[in-house]
Amino acid sequence: MRAPRRLLWGLAGIVVLVLACLVGPLILSPVGDGDPVHAALLPPGTRVTVLDLSDGRTLVSPEVDLDHGEYLVHGRRRTTTVSAHDVVSKHDARLWLGSDRFGRDVLPRLLRGGRISLAIAALGAAVALLVGLGVGLAAATGGRVVDAVLMRTVDALLAFPLLLLLILVSALFRPGPTLLVAVLGLTSWMGLARLVRGQVLSLRTRSFIQAARVAGTRELRIWSLHYLPNLKAPLAQDTTLRMGNLVLAEATLSFLGLGIPASLPSWGAMIADGQRVMLDGWWLSLFPGLAITTLVISLALIGDGLQQTGDASA
Amino acid sequence: MKRIVFRRMLALVPLVWLVATLTFVVVHAAPGSYADTIDNPRLSPETRELIRARYGLDRPPLEQYLSWLGAVATGDLGTSFMYKQPVSAVLARALPPTLLLAGAALFFDLVLGLILAVAAARRPYGWVDRITTVLSLGLYGVPSFWLAGLLILVFSLLLGWFPASHMHSVDAASLSALPRLVDLLRHLFLPALCLGLVGAAGTARYLRATLIDVRSSRFMLAARARGIPESRLLWVHALRPALLPVVTILGLSLPILVSGSVVIETIFSWPGMGQVAYNAARARDIPLILGATLIGTAAVILGNLAADVLYAVVDPRARRPS
Repeated sequence: MRAPRRLLWGLAGIVVLVLACLVGPLILSPVGDGDPVHAALLPPGTRVTVLDLSDGRTLVSPEVDLDHGEYLVHGRRRTTTVSAHDVVSKHDARLWLGSDRFGRDVLPRLLRGGRISLAIAALGAAVALLVGLGVGLAAATGGRVVDAVLMRTVDALLAFPLLLLLILVSALFRPGPTLLVAVLGLTSWMGLARLVRGQVLSLRTRSFIQAARVAGTRELRIWSLHYLPNLKAPLAQDTTLRMGNLVLAEATLSFLGLGIPASLPSWGAMIADGQRVMLDGWWLSLFPGLAITTLVISLALIGDGLQQTGDASA
Repeated sequence: MKRIVFRRMLALVPLVWLVATLTFVVVHAAPGSYADTIDNPRLSPETRELIRARYGLDRPPLEQYLSWLGAVATGDLGTSFMYKQPVSAVLARALPPTLLLAGAALFFDLVLGLILAVAAARRPYGWVDRITTVLSLGLYGVPSFWLAGLLILVFSLLLGWFPASHMHSVDAASLSALPRLVDLLRHLFLPALCLGLVGAAGTARYLRATLIDVRSSRFMLAARARGIPESRLLWVHALRPALLPVVTILGLSLPILVSGSVVIETIFSWPGMGQVAYNAARARDIPLILGATLIGTAAVILGNLAADVLYAVVDPRARRPS
C-alpha cells in the first residue's frame, strides 16, 4: 500500500530537523563567542570579520579597517582600536541567521536548542507512554475497584488544564532537565491511559481474542501476539501527537522562564529573548518560532498519516 | 435530562475535592514557602520563622489540610498571603476579565473556524481547501506566545492599530460609557484574536471533515435533487448536523482556553485568572493557588457539562437516556 503523502511530508520534516540539530553543531562552529559591543543585533546573512586576539578574546564586527598597523573594529556605538600585533588570526564569516543582543551567532544556538527541545519532548513522551500504558493496562485488567479508582483519578487530572498544571509545578519546583522530563511526562499520560484501557476492553470482546482463549493459548502469549500488535497503531499515532504538544509545552515553559536553566539554549527562551528587542531584531524570535512550528506540524502530519494508514488497513 | 444534569453536578464535588487535594500535596511537597519569597535581605531567620507561624505554615501539613478543607466546606477560601485580602475577593476580581477574554476568543474560534471550514468544504481538494488546510495546520503548530509577539509587532508596534497590553487605557476612568467600551474592545482584540486563531485551526479541521462527510450523505443528495441552491445546501442542510461535534470540541477546548490564557494573559498583561494563578505559584501563596485551582477546575468541569447539555439540545438523539 502507498504511504499517505502527509506521512511522507511529516517524516521528511522530522528527518531534516533532527539531522540538522544532531549533525549541525558538529560541523558548524559558532562565529566568535559573543561580542556584545561590535556584533549585537546583526541581521541574518551579515558578513563579519572575526579577529582572534592574543589574550583569548574574539572580536566580531561587520566593519573592520586596517590603518597604520592598527585594526579599527567598528560597533554600532563604539569603535575599538586593536594593535595588529595582538591579533592572532583574522578570517571572514557569515552570520546566516544573524546575531542576538549579546552578539552571539544565532544559527548554532538554534540547532543546539533544538537538540534539547527534541530530547525533552521525546523523553517526556516516553515517560507518558510508559505511565499511560501501565495505568491503562492496570485499569483494564485489575478488576472493578482498581479500574474505578484509576479512571476517576484520570478524570480529575484531565479536568485540570494541562498547561496550568505544568506552569504550577514548574514554578513551584524549578526543575532541571531531568525533572522537567518527568514533569512533562507525568502531566500528559492521562489521555493515553484512557486510550489503552478502551482499546483493551474492546479488543477483549473481539472474536479472534476469544478464539485464542478458547483454544487454550496462554495469557502471556495472547497479550504479546494479539493485544500488543493491535495497540501499536493507536499508541504510535497518539504518541506523535503528544510529542508535538510536549514540544509546545516545553517551549511555553522556557518562554516563561520556567523551563530548563537559562544557561542552556532553548527555543522558547530564545523567542522570549527576541521579543524584548522585537523592532531591532525581528529575526531573533522568527527563526525559533518557525522551528517549533515546523516540528509540531511534522509530528501532526505523521500522526494524521499513521491514522490514515490504520484506517486503510482496518 | 434534569436528572442526568443533577447527577453530574453531584459527581463534580468529589472530582473538585480530588483535584484540590492533589494540588495541596503538590504545593506542600514543593521547596520554599511564602516567607522565603519575600525579597528582603534584612529579614532575619527568626523573623521569617515568625512570618511562617503568622500564616500557619509551621503547623503539620495534615492539620493545615483539614482546617483548609473545613473552611472551604463553609465557603471560606481563606486569605491571600500576597494581597492580604480574602481569596474570594481576589478571584472575583480576576474572573470577569478571564471570562471576557475566553468568550471573545471562542467567538473568533467559532466564526473563523466556520468560515474556513465552509470555504474549504465547498470544493474539497480545490485550491481554497488546500490553502485552508495549510493555514489551519500552520496555526495548529504555532506556539501561542510566538503568534502573540507577531500580532503585537504588526498591529501594535508597526501599524499602531491596537494597544499591546493591559485591559484599559490609563485615562479610561475619565471616559464616558461608549468610548470606554471602545477602549476595552480595542484592548481585547489582540489577545482574543491570538487565542481564537489557535482554536480556529482545530475547529476548521474537524468541521471541514464532518462537512465533507455529511455532503455525501443521502439526505443531501435528496435535497440537491429538489433543486435547493448549493450555497443553502452547504450553509443550512449540511452545517446543522456538522456542527454537532463542534459543540463537544468547544467543551474540550475549555481547559486550553483557561490554560492557554495563562501565557496570553502574561504577555498582554491581562488581569485575569491565569496571571493570578501564575503569580500565586511564584509567591507560594498557598490559599490563592488552591482557590484558583478550585475555581479553574470547577469552570472546566461545568464547561464540559454545559457542552453535553448543549449537545442534547441540538441533537434530539442524545436526549434519550441510554
